[in-house]
Amino acid sequence: MSAVLTREEAEPAQVVPSRHTGRWITATVVLVLVALLLYSMATNERFQWDVVGKYLFADPILMGVLNTLILTVLAMIIGITLGIVVAVGRLSDNFIVSKAAWFYAWFFRGTPLLVQLLFWFFLSALVPRIALGVPLGPELLSFDTNSLITPFMAAMLGLGLNEAAYMSEIVRSGISSVTPGQTEAAKSIGMTRLQTMRRVVLPQAMRIIIPPTGNETIGMLKQTSLVLVIGYSELLTSASLIYSRTYQTIPLLIVAALWYLFITAVLSVAQYFLERRYGRGFSPLSAIRVDKDKADKIDNDASGPAAAANRQASGITTSAPPANTESPS
Amino acid sequence: MKKPMLKASAVCKSFGAVEVLRAISLEVAAGEVACLIGPSGSGKSTFLRCINHLEKIDGGQMWVDGDRVGYRLVGNKLHELKEREIALRRASIGMVFQQFNLFPHRTALENVTEGPIIVKGVRRQQAVEEGRALLERVGLGNKMHNYPSQLSGGQQQRVAIARALAMKPELMLFDEPTSALDPELVGEVLDVMKDLAESGMTMVVVTHEMGFAREVADTVHFLSEGVLVESGAPSKVLSNPDHARTQSFLAKVL
Repeated sequence: MSAVLTREEAEPAQVVPSRHTGRWITATVVLVLVALLLYSMATNERFQWDVVGKYLFADPILMGVLNTLILTVLAMIIGITLGIVVAVGRLSDNFIVSKAAWFYAWFFRGTPLLVQLLFWFFLSALVPRIALGVPLGPELLSFDTNSLITPFMAAMLGLGLNEAAYMSEIVRSGISSVTPGQTEAAKSIGMTRLQTMRRVVLPQAMRIIIPPTGNETIGMLKQTSLVLVIGYSELLTSASLIYSRTYQTIPLLIVAALWYLFITAVLSVAQYFLERRYGRGFSPLSAIRVDKDKADKIDNDASGPAAAANRQASGITTSAPPANTESPS
Repeated sequence: MKKPMLKASAVCKSFGAVEVLRAISLEVAAGEVACLIGPSGSGKSTFLRCINHLEKIDGGQMWVDGDRVGYRLVGNKLHELKEREIALRRASIGMVFQQFNLFPHRTALENVTEGPIIVKGVRRQQAVEEGRALLERVGLGNKMHNYPSQLSGGQQQRVAIARALAMKPELMLFDEPTSALDPELVGEVLDVMKDLAESGMTMVVVTHEMGFAREVADTVHFLSEGVLVESGAPSKVLSNPDHARTQSFLAKVL
Protein backbone atom coordinates (compact mmCIF):
# COMPACT_ATOMS: atom_id res chain seq x y z
CA MET A 1 0.00 0.00 0.00
CA SER A 2 1.48 3.33 -0.93
CA ALA A 3 1.05 6.06 1.62
CA VAL A 4 -0.67 9.24 0.48
CA LEU A 5 0.89 12.31 2.10
CA THR A 6 -0.98 15.50 2.58
CA ARG A 7 0.80 18.70 1.54
CA GLU A 8 1.52 19.49 5.19
CA GLU A 9 3.16 16.08 5.76
CA ALA A 10 5.23 16.23 2.60
CA GLU A 11 6.70 19.65 3.33
CA PRO A 12 7.00 20.10 7.11
CA ALA A 13 7.42 23.65 8.30
CA GLN A 14 10.80 24.95 9.44
CA VAL A 15 12.05 23.59 12.84
CA VAL A 16 12.34 26.18 15.64
CA PRO A 17 14.37 24.88 18.59
CA SER A 18 12.92 25.37 22.08
CA ARG A 19 14.20 28.61 23.67
CA HIS A 20 14.92 27.29 27.22
CA THR A 21 14.28 30.75 28.69
CA GLY A 22 14.40 29.37 32.26
CA ARG A 23 17.91 28.00 31.75
CA TRP A 24 19.21 31.37 30.59
CA ILE A 25 17.72 33.15 33.60
CA THR A 26 19.14 30.61 36.10
CA ALA A 27 22.59 30.71 34.50
CA THR A 28 22.62 34.51 34.62
CA VAL A 29 21.65 34.57 38.30
CA VAL A 30 24.40 32.08 39.15
CA LEU A 31 27.02 34.01 37.18
CA VAL A 32 26.08 37.30 38.87
CA LEU A 33 26.32 35.69 42.32
CA VAL A 34 29.74 34.20 41.52
CA ALA A 35 30.95 37.56 40.20
CA LEU A 36 29.79 39.34 43.36
CA LEU A 37 31.54 36.76 45.53
CA LEU A 38 34.80 37.03 43.59
CA TYR A 39 34.60 40.82 43.65
CA SER A 40 34.15 40.94 47.42
CA MET A 41 36.98 38.42 47.92
CA ALA A 42 39.28 40.51 45.74
CA THR A 43 38.42 43.90 47.25
CA ASN A 44 37.92 43.02 50.94
CA GLU A 45 41.29 43.86 52.41
CA ARG A 46 40.72 41.68 55.45
CA PHE A 47 41.37 38.63 53.30
CA GLN A 48 44.96 39.89 53.30
CA TRP A 49 45.90 38.21 50.00
CA ASP A 50 49.40 39.61 50.29
CA VAL A 51 49.87 37.58 53.49
CA VAL A 52 48.43 34.51 51.76
CA GLY A 53 50.95 34.98 48.97
CA LYS A 54 53.77 35.44 51.43
CA TYR A 55 53.09 32.19 53.30
CA LEU A 56 51.77 29.97 50.49
CA PHE A 57 55.24 28.63 49.70
CA ALA A 58 56.88 29.37 53.06
CA ASP A 59 59.14 26.61 54.36
CA PRO A 60 57.07 25.66 57.43
CA ILE A 61 53.94 25.42 55.27
CA LEU A 62 55.71 23.30 52.65
CA MET A 63 57.00 21.03 55.45
CA GLY A 64 53.44 20.78 56.71
CA VAL A 65 52.18 19.85 53.24
CA LEU A 66 54.86 17.18 52.97
CA ASN A 67 54.04 15.76 56.40
CA THR A 68 50.32 15.75 55.59
CA LEU A 69 51.00 13.85 52.36
CA ILE A 70 53.27 11.31 54.08
CA LEU A 71 50.72 10.73 56.82
CA THR A 72 47.83 10.43 54.34
CA VAL A 73 49.70 7.96 52.14
CA LEU A 74 50.94 5.78 55.03
CA ALA A 75 47.58 5.80 56.84
CA MET A 76 45.80 4.83 53.60
CA ILE A 77 48.32 2.05 52.90
CA ILE A 78 47.71 0.63 56.37
CA GLY A 79 43.98 1.21 56.01
CA ILE A 80 43.63 -0.47 52.61
CA THR A 81 45.94 -3.42 53.34
CA LEU A 82 44.46 -4.16 56.74
CA GLY A 83 40.99 -3.39 55.35
CA ILE A 84 41.37 -6.14 52.74
CA VAL A 85 42.54 -8.57 55.42
CA VAL A 86 39.61 -7.71 57.68
CA ALA A 87 37.13 -7.94 54.77
CA VAL A 88 38.41 -11.36 53.69
CA GLY A 89 38.33 -12.42 57.35
CA ARG A 90 34.76 -11.21 57.64
CA LEU A 91 33.76 -13.37 54.65
CA SER A 92 35.73 -16.37 55.97
CA ASP A 93 34.07 -19.71 56.71
CA ASN A 94 35.95 -19.72 60.01
CA PHE A 95 33.41 -18.56 62.61
CA ILE A 96 35.98 -17.13 65.04
CA VAL A 97 37.88 -15.25 62.33
CA SER A 98 34.67 -13.84 60.89
CA LYS A 99 33.42 -12.65 64.29
CA ALA A 100 36.83 -11.18 65.16
CA ALA A 101 36.77 -9.20 61.89
CA TRP A 102 33.26 -8.00 62.70
CA PHE A 103 34.40 -6.95 66.19
CA TYR A 104 37.34 -5.02 64.73
CA ALA A 105 35.10 -2.99 62.43
CA TRP A 106 32.55 -2.45 65.20
CA PHE A 107 35.15 -1.24 67.69
CA PHE A 108 37.14 1.08 65.42
CA ARG A 109 34.09 2.57 63.76
CA GLY A 110 32.32 2.87 67.07
CA THR A 111 34.80 5.06 68.96
CA PRO A 112 35.75 8.62 68.00
CA LEU A 113 38.96 8.93 65.99
CA LEU A 114 40.14 11.65 68.37
CA VAL A 115 39.90 9.24 71.31
CA GLN A 116 41.81 6.59 69.34
CA LEU A 117 44.58 9.06 68.46
CA LEU A 118 44.98 10.15 72.10
CA PHE A 119 44.87 6.51 73.20
CA TRP A 120 47.80 5.55 70.96
CA PHE A 121 49.70 8.66 72.01
CA PHE A 122 49.31 7.83 75.69
CA LEU A 123 49.89 4.09 75.19
CA SER A 124 52.94 4.23 77.44
CA ALA A 125 50.71 5.01 80.40
CA LEU A 126 49.06 1.63 79.84
CA VAL A 127 51.99 -0.45 78.55
CA PRO A 128 55.32 1.06 79.65
CA ARG A 129 57.43 -1.48 77.78
CA ILE A 130 56.80 -3.41 74.56
CA ALA A 131 58.76 -6.62 74.21
CA LEU A 132 59.02 -9.19 71.46
CA GLY A 133 59.90 -12.71 72.49
CA VAL A 134 58.74 -16.27 73.03
CA PRO A 135 55.70 -16.31 75.33
CA LEU A 136 56.88 -17.41 78.80
CA GLY A 137 60.35 -17.67 77.26
CA PRO A 138 63.26 -15.34 76.58
CA GLU A 139 62.76 -11.78 75.39
CA LEU A 140 64.27 -11.04 71.98
CA LEU A 141 63.61 -7.34 71.63
CA SER A 142 62.33 -4.81 74.08
CA PHE A 143 61.36 -1.17 73.64
CA ASP A 144 60.44 1.66 75.89
CA THR A 145 56.92 2.52 74.69
CA ASN A 146 57.57 6.24 74.95
CA SER A 147 60.48 6.07 72.54
CA LEU A 148 58.62 3.76 70.15
CA ILE A 149 55.34 5.69 70.05
CA THR A 150 56.43 9.04 68.71
CA PRO A 151 53.70 11.52 67.71
CA PHE A 152 54.27 10.32 64.15
CA MET A 153 53.79 6.64 65.07
CA ALA A 154 50.71 7.45 67.14
CA ALA A 155 49.25 9.47 64.25
CA MET A 156 49.95 6.74 61.70
CA LEU A 157 48.57 3.96 63.90
CA GLY A 158 45.52 5.92 64.96
CA LEU A 159 44.56 7.02 61.45
CA GLY A 160 45.53 3.74 59.74
CA LEU A 161 43.81 1.35 62.13
CA ASN A 162 40.69 3.50 62.15
CA GLU A 163 40.68 3.70 58.36
CA ALA A 164 41.04 -0.10 58.07
CA ALA A 165 37.66 -0.51 59.76
CA TYR A 166 35.94 1.67 57.16
CA MET A 167 37.95 0.20 54.26
CA SER A 168 37.02 -3.33 55.33
CA GLU A 169 33.34 -2.56 54.74
CA ILE A 170 34.11 -0.99 51.36
CA VAL A 171 36.23 -3.98 50.29
CA ARG A 172 33.61 -6.41 51.58
CA SER A 173 30.92 -4.76 49.46
CA GLY A 174 33.25 -4.96 46.44
CA ILE A 175 33.99 -8.65 46.96
CA SER A 176 30.30 -9.44 47.47
CA SER A 177 29.48 -7.72 44.18
CA VAL A 178 31.42 -10.33 42.17
CA THR A 179 29.05 -13.13 41.13
CA PRO A 180 29.63 -16.66 42.50
CA GLY A 181 29.91 -17.86 38.88
CA GLN A 182 33.27 -16.06 38.65
CA THR A 183 34.65 -18.00 41.60
CA GLU A 184 33.33 -21.26 40.15
CA ALA A 185 34.90 -20.55 36.77
CA ALA A 186 38.23 -19.81 38.46
CA LYS A 187 38.00 -23.01 40.51
CA SER A 188 37.10 -25.02 37.42
CA ILE A 189 40.38 -24.12 35.73
CA GLY A 190 42.22 -25.26 38.86
CA MET A 191 42.84 -21.99 40.72
CA THR A 192 43.33 -22.11 44.47
CA ARG A 193 41.33 -19.81 46.71
CA LEU A 194 44.19 -17.33 46.96
CA GLN A 195 44.70 -17.27 43.16
CA THR A 196 40.95 -16.83 42.67
CA MET A 197 40.88 -13.89 45.08
CA ARG A 198 43.96 -12.23 43.60
CA ARG A 199 43.37 -12.80 39.89
CA VAL A 200 39.60 -12.91 39.52
CA VAL A 201 37.64 -11.51 42.47
CA LEU A 202 39.68 -8.51 43.67
CA PRO A 203 40.36 -7.02 40.20
CA GLN A 204 36.61 -7.03 39.56
CA ALA A 205 35.81 -5.83 43.07
CA MET A 206 38.14 -2.86 42.46
CA ARG A 207 35.53 -1.30 40.19
CA ILE A 208 33.16 -1.07 43.16
CA ILE A 209 35.92 -0.32 45.69
CA ILE A 210 37.68 2.62 43.99
CA PRO A 211 35.08 5.42 44.10
CA PRO A 212 34.42 5.17 47.87
CA THR A 213 38.17 4.68 48.44
CA GLY A 214 38.76 7.96 46.62
CA ASN A 215 36.30 9.52 49.06
CA GLU A 216 38.13 7.95 51.98
CA THR A 217 41.52 9.21 50.75
CA ILE A 218 40.25 12.76 50.33
CA GLY A 219 38.62 12.47 53.75
CA MET A 220 41.88 11.17 55.21
CA LEU A 221 43.80 14.11 53.74
CA LYS A 222 41.75 16.46 55.91
CA GLN A 223 41.36 14.06 58.83
CA THR A 224 45.13 14.17 59.30
CA SER A 225 44.56 17.68 60.70
CA LEU A 226 43.16 15.97 63.84
CA VAL A 227 46.70 14.92 64.81
CA LEU A 228 47.17 18.53 65.86
CA VAL A 229 46.07 17.30 69.31
CA ILE A 230 49.09 15.01 69.66
CA GLY A 231 51.52 17.59 68.39
CA TYR A 232 52.55 16.08 65.05
CA SER A 233 53.18 19.00 62.73
CA GLU A 234 51.16 18.53 59.58
CA LEU A 235 49.75 21.28 57.35
CA LEU A 236 47.10 22.73 59.65
CA THR A 237 49.41 22.52 62.69
CA SER A 238 52.08 24.46 60.77
CA ALA A 239 49.55 27.11 59.76
CA SER A 240 48.19 27.41 63.30
CA LEU A 241 51.69 27.74 64.73
CA ILE A 242 52.24 30.72 62.47
CA TYR A 243 48.94 32.49 63.08
CA SER A 244 49.16 32.00 66.84
CA ARG A 245 52.34 34.07 66.60
CA THR A 246 51.29 36.67 64.00
CA TYR A 247 47.48 36.75 64.59
CA GLN A 248 46.95 36.52 60.79
CA THR A 249 44.43 33.74 61.33
CA ILE A 250 42.23 34.10 58.24
CA PRO A 251 45.02 34.36 55.61
CA LEU A 252 46.84 31.35 57.06
CA LEU A 253 43.67 29.28 57.13
CA ILE A 254 43.24 30.26 53.47
CA VAL A 255 46.79 29.08 52.77
CA ALA A 256 46.00 25.70 54.33
CA ALA A 257 42.65 25.47 52.50
CA LEU A 258 44.31 26.25 49.14
CA TRP A 259 46.78 23.42 49.66
CA TYR A 260 44.05 20.97 50.69
CA LEU A 261 42.06 21.96 47.58
CA PHE A 262 45.07 21.52 45.34
CA ILE A 263 45.92 18.05 46.69
CA THR A 264 42.26 17.02 46.45
CA ALA A 265 42.27 18.03 42.78
CA VAL A 266 45.36 15.90 42.15
CA LEU A 267 43.77 12.95 43.97
CA SER A 268 40.59 13.31 41.92
CA VAL A 269 42.59 13.06 38.71
CA ALA A 270 44.34 9.94 40.02
CA GLN A 271 40.96 8.45 40.89
CA TYR A 272 39.69 9.12 37.38
CA PHE A 273 42.57 7.15 35.84
CA LEU A 274 42.21 4.30 38.34
CA GLU A 275 38.50 4.04 37.57
CA ARG A 276 39.27 3.89 33.87
CA ARG A 277 41.91 1.22 34.44
CA TYR A 278 39.62 -1.06 36.44
CA GLY A 279 36.55 -0.32 34.36
CA ARG A 280 38.06 -2.15 31.40
CA GLY A 281 35.66 -4.69 29.96
CA PHE A 282 32.70 -3.17 31.81
CA SER A 283 30.94 -1.08 29.20
CA PRO A 284 27.26 -0.34 29.80
CA LEU A 285 26.56 -2.99 27.15
CA SER A 286 27.92 -5.68 29.43
CA ALA A 287 25.04 -5.10 31.81
CA ILE A 288 22.95 -7.29 29.53
CA ARG A 289 23.31 -10.66 31.14
CA VAL A 290 20.84 -13.44 30.52
CA ASP A 291 19.78 -14.87 33.85
CA LYS A 292 18.26 -18.25 34.58
CA ASP A 293 14.66 -17.06 34.54
CA LYS A 294 15.13 -15.36 31.22
CA ALA A 295 16.82 -18.47 29.85
CA ASP A 296 13.83 -20.59 30.89
CA LYS A 297 11.57 -18.02 29.33
CA ILE A 298 13.50 -18.24 26.07
CA ASP A 299 13.11 -22.00 26.20
CA ASN A 300 9.39 -21.67 26.83
CA ASP A 301 8.95 -19.05 24.16
CA ALA A 302 10.95 -21.24 21.83
CA SER A 303 8.26 -23.90 22.01
CA GLY A 304 5.72 -21.59 20.35
CA PRO A 305 4.71 -22.30 16.77
CA ALA A 306 6.79 -19.52 15.21
CA ALA A 307 9.90 -20.64 17.04
CA ALA A 308 9.23 -24.24 16.06
CA ALA A 309 9.32 -23.22 12.44
CA ASN A 310 12.61 -21.39 13.09
CA ARG A 311 14.06 -24.44 14.77
CA GLN A 312 13.07 -26.66 11.92
CA ALA A 313 14.70 -24.29 9.50
CA SER A 314 17.95 -24.26 11.46
CA GLY A 315 17.89 -27.95 12.34
CA ILE A 316 17.97 -27.14 16.05
CA THR A 317 15.64 -28.51 18.64
CA THR A 318 15.12 -26.98 22.03
CA SER A 319 13.15 -28.21 24.96
CA ALA A 320 11.17 -26.36 27.56
CA PRO A 321 11.64 -27.55 31.11
CA PRO A 322 8.36 -27.72 33.05
CA ALA A 323 7.74 -24.22 34.30
CA ASN A 324 6.58 -25.19 37.78
CA THR A 325 9.57 -27.27 38.93
CA GLU A 326 12.32 -25.49 40.81
CA SER A 327 15.84 -26.55 39.93
CA PRO A 328 18.23 -26.76 42.89
CA SER A 329 21.19 -26.89 40.57
CA MET B 1 36.27 -52.19 26.54
CA LYS B 2 38.13 -48.94 27.07
CA LYS B 3 38.98 -47.88 30.62
CA PRO B 4 36.31 -45.66 32.19
CA MET B 5 37.21 -41.97 32.28
CA LEU B 6 34.41 -41.37 34.73
CA LYS B 7 32.96 -43.89 37.10
CA ALA B 8 30.20 -43.08 39.58
CA SER B 9 28.99 -45.59 42.09
CA ALA B 10 25.82 -44.97 44.11
CA VAL B 11 26.47 -41.21 44.30
CA CYS B 12 24.11 -39.40 46.67
CA LYS B 13 23.70 -35.69 47.33
CA SER B 14 21.25 -33.72 49.43
CA PHE B 15 20.62 -30.01 49.86
CA GLY B 16 19.20 -29.92 53.37
CA ALA B 17 16.24 -32.28 53.41
CA VAL B 18 16.00 -32.43 49.62
CA GLU B 19 17.62 -35.48 48.09
CA VAL B 20 18.95 -34.26 44.77
CA LEU B 21 20.88 -37.35 43.71
CA ARG B 22 19.78 -40.84 44.76
CA ALA B 23 22.40 -43.49 44.22
CA ILE B 24 23.51 -42.55 40.71
CA SER B 25 25.83 -45.12 39.12
CA LEU B 26 27.20 -44.73 35.64
CA GLU B 27 30.37 -45.00 33.61
CA VAL B 28 31.74 -42.90 30.80
CA ALA B 29 34.51 -44.47 28.73
CA ALA B 30 37.47 -42.48 27.45
CA GLY B 31 36.55 -40.78 24.19
CA GLU B 32 32.85 -41.21 24.84
CA VAL B 33 30.24 -38.44 24.67
CA ALA B 34 27.58 -38.87 27.34
CA CYS B 35 24.51 -36.66 27.42
CA LEU B 36 22.53 -36.21 30.61
CA ILE B 37 18.93 -35.31 29.93
CA GLY B 38 15.89 -34.88 32.12
CA PRO B 39 13.46 -32.30 33.45
CA SER B 40 14.59 -29.25 35.46
CA GLY B 41 15.39 -30.24 39.02
CA SER B 42 16.22 -33.82 38.07
CA GLY B 43 19.75 -33.39 39.47
CA LYS B 44 21.71 -33.56 36.22
CA SER B 45 23.56 -30.26 36.75
CA THR B 46 24.30 -31.19 40.37
CA PHE B 47 25.74 -34.52 39.24
CA LEU B 48 27.96 -32.71 36.74
CA ARG B 49 29.19 -30.31 39.44
CA CYS B 50 30.04 -33.26 41.69
CA ILE B 51 32.44 -34.56 39.04
CA ASN B 52 34.88 -31.67 39.54
CA HIS B 53 34.01 -31.32 43.21
CA LEU B 54 32.22 -27.98 42.92
CA GLU B 55 29.65 -29.86 45.00
CA LYS B 56 30.64 -32.37 47.66
CA ILE B 57 28.97 -35.77 47.41
CA ASP B 58 27.24 -37.07 50.53
CA GLY B 59 27.39 -40.75 49.70
CA GLY B 60 28.81 -43.19 47.17
CA GLN B 61 32.06 -42.86 45.29
CA MET B 62 33.30 -41.31 42.10
CA TRP B 63 36.49 -41.68 40.09
CA VAL B 64 37.87 -39.56 37.26
CA ASP B 65 40.59 -41.31 35.26
CA GLY B 66 41.12 -43.70 38.15
CA ASP B 67 41.50 -40.95 40.76
CA ARG B 68 38.91 -40.79 43.49
CA VAL B 69 37.11 -37.42 43.42
CA GLY B 70 37.63 -35.36 46.57
CA TYR B 71 39.09 -38.09 48.75
CA ARG B 72 42.09 -40.34 49.21
CA LEU B 73 41.76 -43.87 50.53
CA VAL B 74 44.24 -44.54 53.32
CA GLY B 75 43.80 -47.94 54.93
CA ASN B 76 40.05 -48.25 55.07
CA LYS B 77 39.39 -44.54 55.68
CA LEU B 78 38.59 -41.82 53.16
CA HIS B 79 40.58 -38.67 53.81
CA GLU B 80 39.28 -35.45 52.36
CA LEU B 81 41.76 -33.94 49.90
CA LYS B 82 43.51 -30.66 50.64
CA GLU B 83 42.45 -27.59 48.68
CA ARG B 84 45.60 -27.70 46.54
CA GLU B 85 45.05 -31.32 45.56
CA ILE B 86 41.44 -30.62 44.62
CA ALA B 87 42.57 -27.65 42.52
CA LEU B 88 45.16 -29.85 40.80
CA ARG B 89 42.50 -32.41 39.85
CA ARG B 90 40.17 -29.69 38.62
CA ALA B 91 42.89 -28.40 36.32
CA SER B 92 42.54 -31.56 34.21
CA ILE B 93 38.74 -31.38 34.01
CA GLY B 94 37.33 -28.64 31.80
CA MET B 95 33.98 -27.09 32.58
CA VAL B 96 31.65 -24.93 30.53
CA PHE B 97 28.84 -23.12 32.32
CA GLN B 98 25.34 -22.13 31.32
CA GLN B 99 26.11 -18.46 32.04
CA PHE B 100 29.60 -18.64 30.37
CA ASN B 101 31.24 -17.07 33.45
CA LEU B 102 34.01 -15.49 31.39
CA PHE B 103 36.25 -13.12 33.32
CA PRO B 104 34.76 -9.76 32.27
CA HIS B 105 37.92 -7.78 33.06
CA ARG B 106 40.03 -9.80 30.64
CA THR B 107 39.98 -10.02 26.85
CA ALA B 108 39.05 -13.24 25.06
CA LEU B 109 42.71 -14.16 24.69
CA GLU B 110 43.50 -13.30 28.32
CA ASN B 111 40.59 -15.46 29.45
CA VAL B 112 42.09 -18.38 27.56
CA THR B 113 45.70 -17.87 28.72
CA GLU B 114 44.86 -17.18 32.38
CA GLY B 115 44.69 -20.85 33.44
CA PRO B 116 47.84 -22.07 31.69
CA ILE B 117 49.92 -19.12 32.94
CA ILE B 118 48.63 -18.87 36.51
CA VAL B 119 47.78 -22.49 37.32
CA LYS B 120 50.19 -24.47 35.16
CA GLY B 121 53.03 -21.97 35.03
CA VAL B 122 53.26 -22.08 31.24
CA ARG B 123 55.45 -19.34 29.73
CA ARG B 124 53.38 -16.38 28.56
CA GLN B 125 54.57 -16.55 24.98
CA GLN B 126 53.71 -20.23 24.65
CA ALA B 127 50.33 -19.73 26.37
CA VAL B 128 49.50 -16.89 23.97
CA GLU B 129 50.42 -18.99 20.93
CA GLU B 130 48.29 -21.88 22.12
CA GLY B 131 45.49 -19.50 23.09
CA ARG B 132 45.45 -17.97 19.61
CA ALA B 133 45.29 -21.41 18.04
CA LEU B 134 42.39 -22.39 20.30
CA LEU B 135 40.43 -19.21 19.57
CA GLU B 136 40.97 -19.79 15.88
CA ARG B 137 39.73 -23.34 16.31
CA VAL B 138 36.44 -22.09 17.79
CA GLY B 139 36.18 -19.53 14.98
CA LEU B 140 37.09 -16.41 16.97
CA GLY B 141 40.48 -15.59 15.51
CA ASN B 142 39.30 -12.03 14.86
CA LYS B 143 37.90 -11.44 18.37
CA MET B 144 40.97 -12.20 20.48
CA HIS B 145 41.28 -8.74 21.96
CA ASN B 146 37.61 -8.12 22.57
CA TYR B 147 36.25 -8.07 26.09
CA PRO B 148 33.41 -10.49 26.87
CA SER B 149 30.95 -7.57 26.99
CA GLN B 150 31.74 -6.91 23.34
CA LEU B 151 30.89 -10.46 22.27
CA SER B 152 27.55 -12.14 21.59
CA GLY B 153 26.39 -14.96 23.86
CA GLY B 154 27.40 -17.58 21.33
CA GLN B 155 30.87 -16.04 20.95
CA GLN B 156 31.28 -15.82 24.72
CA GLN B 157 30.39 -19.47 25.13
CA ARG B 158 32.92 -20.43 22.43
CA VAL B 159 35.60 -18.43 24.30
CA ALA B 160 34.56 -20.31 27.45
CA ILE B 161 35.08 -23.62 25.64
CA ALA B 162 38.51 -22.45 24.46
CA ARG B 163 39.35 -21.38 28.03
CA ALA B 164 38.54 -24.87 29.29
CA LEU B 165 40.47 -26.54 26.46
CA ALA B 166 43.55 -24.41 27.17
CA MET B 167 44.14 -26.50 30.29
CA LYS B 168 44.42 -29.58 28.03
CA PRO B 169 41.73 -31.44 29.97
CA GLU B 170 41.13 -35.17 29.74
CA LEU B 171 37.43 -34.70 30.41
CA MET B 172 35.08 -31.87 29.48
CA LEU B 173 31.90 -31.05 31.40
CA PHE B 174 29.16 -28.96 29.79
CA ASP B 175 26.40 -27.59 32.01
CA GLU B 176 23.51 -26.63 29.72
CA PRO B 177 25.93 -24.72 27.46
CA THR B 178 23.25 -23.40 25.13
CA SER B 179 20.36 -22.72 27.53
CA ALA B 180 21.23 -19.05 28.03
CA LEU B 181 21.64 -18.35 24.32
CA ASP B 182 19.26 -16.75 21.89
CA PRO B 183 17.90 -19.50 19.61
CA GLU B 184 19.82 -18.31 16.55
CA LEU B 185 23.16 -18.54 18.43
CA VAL B 186 22.72 -22.13 19.64
CA GLY B 187 23.99 -23.68 16.41
CA GLU B 188 27.47 -22.12 16.47
CA VAL B 189 28.17 -23.47 19.97
CA LEU B 190 26.85 -26.93 19.15
CA ASP B 191 29.06 -27.01 16.04
CA VAL B 192 32.15 -26.38 18.18
CA MET B 193 31.06 -29.14 20.55
CA LYS B 194 30.47 -31.57 17.70
CA ASP B 195 33.91 -30.80 16.36
CA LEU B 196 35.35 -31.44 19.81
CA ALA B 197 33.51 -34.76 20.10
CA GLU B 198 34.86 -35.85 16.73
CA SER B 199 38.39 -35.08 17.89
CA GLY B 200 37.97 -37.77 20.53
CA MET B 201 37.40 -35.68 23.66
CA THR B 202 35.57 -37.37 26.51
CA MET B 203 32.52 -35.23 27.19
CA VAL B 204 29.71 -35.21 29.72
CA VAL B 205 26.99 -32.86 28.52
CA VAL B 206 23.91 -31.74 30.42
CA THR B 207 21.59 -30.54 27.71
CA HIS B 208 18.08 -29.87 26.53
CA GLU B 209 19.21 -30.12 22.90
CA MET B 210 17.72 -33.47 21.88
CA GLY B 211 18.95 -33.03 18.31
CA PHE B 212 22.53 -32.72 19.57
CA ALA B 213 22.13 -35.74 21.87
CA ARG B 214 20.76 -37.85 19.06
CA GLU B 215 23.47 -36.88 16.62
CA VAL B 216 26.60 -36.68 18.80
CA ALA B 217 26.10 -38.69 21.98
CA ASP B 218 27.35 -42.26 22.35
CA THR B 219 25.21 -42.72 25.44
CA VAL B 220 22.21 -40.84 26.77
CA HIS B 221 21.35 -40.94 30.47
CA PHE B 222 17.87 -39.91 31.52
CA LEU B 223 17.55 -38.58 35.07
CA SER B 224 14.35 -37.81 36.89
CA GLU B 225 13.99 -36.64 40.48
CA GLY B 226 17.57 -37.62 41.29
CA VAL B 227 17.26 -41.13 39.92
CA LEU B 228 19.02 -42.49 36.83
CA VAL B 229 15.95 -43.88 35.07
CA GLU B 230 17.59 -45.30 31.98
CA SER B 231 20.76 -45.22 29.93
CA GLY B 232 21.60 -46.37 26.47
CA ALA B 233 22.37 -45.44 22.90
CA PRO B 234 20.50 -42.30 21.77
CA SER B 235 18.61 -44.27 19.15
CA LYS B 236 17.22 -46.44 21.93
CA VAL B 237 16.61 -43.93 24.73
CA LEU B 238 15.36 -41.08 22.57
CA SER B 239 13.28 -43.08 20.13
CA ASN B 240 12.17 -46.17 21.94
CA PRO B 241 12.50 -45.67 25.70
CA ASP B 242 11.59 -48.45 28.10
CA HIS B 243 10.30 -46.32 30.93
CA ALA B 244 7.07 -44.40 31.13
CA ARG B 245 8.83 -41.39 32.73
CA THR B 246 11.26 -41.14 29.83
CA GLN B 247 8.40 -41.43 27.38
CA SER B 248 6.40 -38.65 29.01
CA PHE B 249 9.47 -36.37 29.21
CA LEU B 250 10.31 -36.91 25.55
CA ALA B 251 6.68 -36.37 24.57
CA LYS B 252 6.93 -32.91 26.09
CA VAL B 253 10.24 -31.85 24.57
CA LEU B 254 10.31 -33.41 21.12
